[in-house]
Amino acid sequence: MNLLFLNLVQTELYKIFRKGRSYIGFGAIAFIVIVIQIALFVDGESYLELGTQSLKDSFTFQGNLLNGYLSVFIILSSLWVHIPFLIALVAGDLLAGEAAAGTLRILLIRPVSRTQIVWAKFTAILIYVLAVVVFMAALSIGTGLLIFGEGDLFVMKDMLYIFDSSDSLWRILASFAFSFLSMSMVASLAFMLSAVVDSSLGPIIMTMSIIIVFMIVSSIDLSIFRAVKPFMFTTYMGAWREFFSDPVDWHKVNTALIALITHIFIFLGFTTWYFKRKDILT
Amino acid sequence: MSATPIIQTSQLSKHFDKFTAVNNLDLSIYKGDVYGFLGPNGAGKSTTIRMLMGLIFPSAGNISIFDKELKDNREYVLSRIGAIIEKPDFYNYLTALQNLEMLNKLQSVRLSIAKLYEVLELVGLKGREKSKVKTFSQGMKQRLGFAQALMHNPDLIILDEPTNGLDPQGVKDVRDLILKLNKEQGKTILISSHILSEIEIICNRMIIIQRGKKVVEGSVNELLSFNELHVSFEFEDDTQVLPYIKQHNFLTKKFIEVVHQRYHFNLLSSEVAQTNKLFLDHGFAVKSMIPVRSLEDYFLNMT
Repeated sequence: MNLLFLNLVQTELYKIFRKGRSYIGFGAIAFIVIVIQIALFVDGESYLELGTQSLKDSFTFQGNLLNGYLSVFIILSSLWVHIPFLIALVAGDLLAGEAAAGTLRILLIRPVSRTQIVWAKFTAILIYVLAVVVFMAALSIGTGLLIFGEGDLFVMKDMLYIFDSSDSLWRILASFAFSFLSMSMVASLAFMLSAVVDSSLGPIIMTMSIIIVFMIVSSIDLSIFRAVKPFMFTTYMGAWREFFSDPVDWHKVNTALIALITHIFIFLGFTTWYFKRKDILT
Repeated sequence: MSATPIIQTSQLSKHFDKFTAVNNLDLSIYKGDVYGFLGPNGAGKSTTIRMLMGLIFPSAGNISIFDKELKDNREYVLSRIGAIIEKPDFYNYLTALQNLEMLNKLQSVRLSIAKLYEVLELVGLKGREKSKVKTFSQGMKQRLGFAQALMHNPDLIILDEPTNGLDPQGVKDVRDLILKLNKEQGKTILISSHILSEIEIICNRMIIIQRGKKVVEGSVNELLSFNELHVSFEFEDDTQVLPYIKQHNFLTKKFIEVVHQRYHFNLLSSEVAQTNKLFLDHGFAVKSMIPVRSLEDYFLNMT
């Protein structure tokens, strides 16, 4: 990695963090996390009552089920569908936004290769995604523990899992780390579309359309859809939930990791190939 | 003029689907040239300049700059060129200085902040260094465009319609700056325009293209010497001017019309002084004389 590349990454980060739209994600996450935490604080008991009603015939619950770890799990479940939009808002603008504004010209007449520009922009968006995920993790874990304190984590999936308080934090952190990879994949998709078109709105809408269509197809359990599910990246984006199984199905986690990383490389590879050959007409 | 051209294109072509924007264009620009790149709107000037800057890839032909093939030496070649491509667009949410600082980081030779202030002063943006570009007029953006093109002291400067959006003082400043860079620092300059008179004033060599093809290339003096200018004369007292023109064969042949007491003629460059002398010798005090040469007239004369 040479100095020029580091300078490029620095300038790309500078541009990202000088733009108002880059803070929409942070603002939206802060707002939603705080609203969910307050809602759980005010009405959490009845929410849990509803969720555990069917179990009360078979189990006796002692103590407070609503704790910081459960609140983080609820936030993760609620937000992982929506964060891609916030990521696409910034990633989709990286090349297309500059093309639309005409600034791609002054960038590309510098003595820097197009490959370096693409990779520097992608590195910058990965750092942005990391910042968003770390912010979301820190805010939700911090406010959750502050408001509700620690406790055993109850998770209802295909069956009921109860994780000891000391066994919960790593699972939550691992699922945030996995979310970083999922969101990086979304960023690479939006970034690829951003290289193809010259208006920043296009890649954002296209990214979200693809994700929504894939998610709908993934959620419908028909045999015709079952055949294509392994080829849709959304199938692997939800694998963060595997960290809340006991034991963790590492095969599923690893398969998802490999699938997401493969998608990232394919999207980045195509972006580089395409952008190196693209005529800059704007 | 050295023997090896700084820019040389051979059989350069660019097709967009079925449309041919540039068609087998050969051009040669030598060290120290102020080279005018002329053509009507849509002639292929900007497409050619974009190809020279590596923004557009040629469909056919070769580009050699500083004696190196552009496609194999893009970074080296670009490190020695400063350019304004069409209208200069900047990061509007950053200040003029922040824009330059950012672009400065991408150059092979890095300038100090003090030097960036100097460049901004040179182009007339002193005092506006810390203003956001979104508050700039088109003329100020054009000046900032010059700053980014000149800041790394390039050997070759490529300017695509550089006087667009400038007020008359701005146009004069740009002309003076181009001539100064050429005369004092020996910079080679390629300047595109659709205004022939602009090129005539500052360039020593020029090419004219139309529909992507070369019409003519050579020395400005040679190319324009056999071509007619449109010249209008205004006199202190014009009461006897028209009868005098009508009785003089040469003037009658060259005369076009009178509009608002200005007498319009089509004259060769070499005939302007002679015509002026004719009037003066017959006691007509010439108040003003305005020569205008348009690209359209040039084309009409050529065909």
